[in-house]
Amino acid sequence: MSKQTITVTVNGEAYTEEVEPRMLLVHFIREKLSLTGTHIGCDSTSCGACTILMDGKSIKSCTMFAVQANGKHFTTIEGVAQNGQYHPLQEGFKEEHGLQCGFCTPGMIMRAIELLDKNPNPTEEEIRWGISGNLCRCTGYVNIVKAVQYAAKKMAEAPKEKGALNEV
Amino acid sequence: MKCKTSAEVGGMGHSIKRKEDARFLQGKGQYTDDFKFPGMLHMKILRSPFAYAKILSIDSSAAMELEGVLAVVTGETLKEYNLHWMPTLMSDTQMVLPTDTVMYQAQEVAAVIATDPYIAADALELIEVEYDPMDPVINPHTALEPDKPILRPDKEGQTNNHIWHWETGDREATNKIFDEAEVVVKQDIYIPRIHVASIETCGCIANFDKINEHLTVHMTTQAPHAIRTVLALVAGHVGLSEEKIRVISPDIGGGFGGKVPVYPGYVIATAASVLIGKPVKWIEDRSENLQADSFARDYHMTGEIAATKDGKMKALRIKTLADHGYTDAAANPSKFPAGMFSVCTGSYEFENAFTEMDAVYTNKAPGGVAYRCSFRVTEAVHAIERMVDVLAQEVGMDPAELRLKNFIQPEQMPYKTPLGWEYDSGDYPMTFKKALDKIGYDELRKEQAEKRARGEFMGIGISTFTEIVGAGPSKDFDILGIKMFDSAEIRVHPTGKAIARFGTKSQGQGHETTYAQIIAEELGLPAAHIQVEEGDTDTAPYGLGTYASRSTPTAGAAAAMAARKLRDKARKIAAYLLEVSEEDLEWEPGKFFVKGAPEKSKTIQDIAFAAYTNHPQGMEAGFEATHYYDPPNLTFPYGAYICVVDIDKGTGEVKIRRFLAIDDCGNIINPMIVEGQVHGGLTMGLAPAMYEELIYDDEGNILTGTFMDYLVPTAVETPAWETDKTITPSPHHPIGAKGIGESATVGAPPAIANAVVDALAHLGVKHVDIPVTAPKVWQILKEKGVAEA
Repeated sequence: MSKQTITVTVNGEAYTEEVEPRMLLVHFIREKLSLTGTHIGCDSTSCGACTILMDGKSIKSCTMFAVQANGKHFTTIEGVAQNGQYHPLQEGFKEEHGLQCGFCTPGMIMRAIELLDKNPNPTEEEIRWGISGNLCRCTGYVNIVKAVQYAAKKMAEAPKEKGALNEV
Repeated sequence: MKCKTSAEVGGMGHSIKRKEDARFLQGKGQYTDDFKFPGMLHMKILRSPFAYAKILSIDSSAAMELEGVLAVVTGETLKEYNLHWMPTLMSDTQMVLPTDTVMYQAQEVAAVIATDPYIAADALELIEVEYDPMDPVINPHTALEPDKPILRPDKEGQTNNHIWHWETGDREATNKIFDEAEVVVKQDIYIPRIHVASIETCGCIANFDKINEHLTVHMTTQAPHAIRTVLALVAGHVGLSEEKIRVISPDIGGGFGGKVPVYPGYVIATAASVLIGKPVKWIEDRSENLQADSFARDYHMTGEIAATKDGKMKALRIKTLADHGYTDAAANPSKFPAGMFSVCTGSYEFENAFTEMDAVYTNKAPGGVAYRCSFRVTEAVHAIERMVDVLAQEVGMDPAELRLKNFIQPEQMPYKTPLGWEYDSGDYPMTFKKALDKIGYDELRKEQAEKRARGEFMGIGISTFTEIVGAGPSKDFDILGIKMFDSAEIRVHPTGKAIARFGTKSQGQGHETTYAQIIAEELGLPAAHIQVEEGDTDTAPYGLGTYASRSTPTAGAAAAMAARKLRDKARKIAAYLLEVSEEDLEWEPGKFFVKGAPEKSKTIQDIAFAAYTNHPQGMEAGFEATHYYDPPNLTFPYGAYICVVDIDKGTGEVKIRRFLAIDDCGNIINPMIVEGQVHGGLTMGLAPAMYEELIYDDEGNILTGTFMDYLVPTAVETPAWETDKTITPSPHHPIGAKGIGESATVGAPPAIANAVVDALAHLGVKHVDIPVTAPKVWQILKEKGVAEA
């Protein structure tokens, strides 16, 4: 199959790669870039384990082709902590026990980043609807909601330092 | 619970943050699909479109011509090595790949091994299979009728589709009570076929080193040691000897029982790696996972209670039909084909009980594994908790009052049930009364009466269940003959830091934290200084793995016992260092000191150092201990759950307004983690109660093969769970713990179903099968003439 060349920026680093037009973005990220923190859970855009940020917007990378990503900027879970410091959401998930097996966690965090970006002070219902495209089988969501609330509070307190508040 | 250790030590009772979180939060977890090895090949599986068909031919020549395809494995390939069939954990047999017949839709038919997963998927399209479809057996109720085909003629003496009959209890004495009873209630209850659907699917990477004849398998398994032994038993005749098999269970993205069985894909990938001599990766997709991996439940039960007119229960009978698919591939202990279903007398005193069950073959995926519950306990709990409400309705009693009248009392503990279990502890009235008070039960009943008067539908559902976990004592419990002990090995290094290894395997339960806390409690070493390792059969002591809420009851106990062995040795070393006799020493977590002279002491770290540098002559050097814990009894966590629902008359939608769960799992290691386990368990109780079901049509087509139609609850459907606890320690467990992973999954479904029936009871509704979906409820409202258009 003839390949196409794409250039993408992932976690601040530019990559130019040859890909088959049919290659899914999630496979590109996991296999070509070896960023395996982005997971695959369903293949039908239902579970959200593969959620990443494209130009700041959360997308499910299992139903997008790598060639559609040409020229875009992405953030994956590996790019969320900055300078060895947790993002407030990472800190919130740890403090509020918002993760168990950890498989849905990267997607949940990526989704929640956009959620708080658009709505810095969400109600519980807004958080629940906001993460309803991401399935978790372990936590029952209670502590994920608390983790997002924790991060919202933390980010409101120190908005300028958003994304770089606490040591890992 | 008062903590015995400081926050710095972090022993039992401290909500310390999880040690495992750092890697998961930064995308550095290592799940099976995250591993890559040089030269690694990829496997994809071709699956049957028919539920029951003869295979007339398989032509893989076009697939083999595709560039990048190395092999197409079929049943005939495996037959050459006598690997086309394998035993199930229930000593039934299962095809690895078929040679002549497919038995369910999505069964494995052939496998392609290629350099790239996309090429492997292309090659599947090029395999030509000629089928001759046959009429499948789908309905278990008619599976035994004489005109049905015998699905398993390969099994000796098989004259119909019956697998086994199992019964327990005193049939005649129970029948006598029923014959003489003032009141008898009877109800058919179905608990549907469901799927654990962990967010990580199953898979493996088999890596056979031809030079050293050594096999390493990275696998999504909850029981790596058992898998190693099974692989050696299944493939020993082709040279896979157990010392040359290493099973590694890396990070697991949820298990819930679905990662206990040996799936054909594992065996095919392993066979392919052995044949080709390269690593072979197989990762199933979600549809394969939902359609072909082990299902749970699928019990058709008929319950009966004999009672007095004033609601005193006397006897229980339950008759069950179990649909196992085409092979019994459950994962129960050998002596228990129906698992611990006989815990069905629940939290109540019965004079006698009898239960019997028949299992049948159908043309569906095999299984019968758990769904975040120990062996068949959810089925038993659903039956008894539903039946108690059916009886309450019949005799006109409040279901709370009827429960209080029939509870086993705390002074009766340990209590021998009519079906043979010995409950170790529990104070059911205390826990239930706490729940009634906390939710404001009397107020809710008043509100319900007012709403009924206004034509509104509000229901209150109760479940006061008893779990049975911690399998299990070796006299009764084994899987394929291997006794169900579990193990811990602790090595304390000279500087007082430790590594501890276990025969279990966490899939999110937080073992790296909680096991460290148990050892911290016993030795006073900070939990932060104890590294916990599981899942590598080359390094961990043998154990039967993590499922059925057995880790804390078995391996957790082993951790405490191994730590106590170290403490015994530490006492000897301390006596030597302090030049006193052992009897003159007293222990407090972290140090021995001389009685009456507390300034003369040795810390556990001093002692660990001395064990390597200055140990008494004649004593073995080093500071290590191993313990294989064989529990004297099972443990019996329990809970009192109350659910409040409102039903929309226009849509039939059930809205859970409140759900209070009070759990008693004995002594608690980490309250934060226990609460998290309850939250998750409740959600996996909600799921089958209201949303999830694996549905087949009459031709055996599975209609729920993706997450578009198999409805795992999201954050929107899931209520904001309210939790609380009581603590009645297990008297026989070394740290008084009982296990908590699955209580909520077991206890929640009947609370929800009972709430829905309660909301509709005044219309004459006595039972609704789960899942209580909106269309199902709306249909009832319509039949009763109360649905709003």
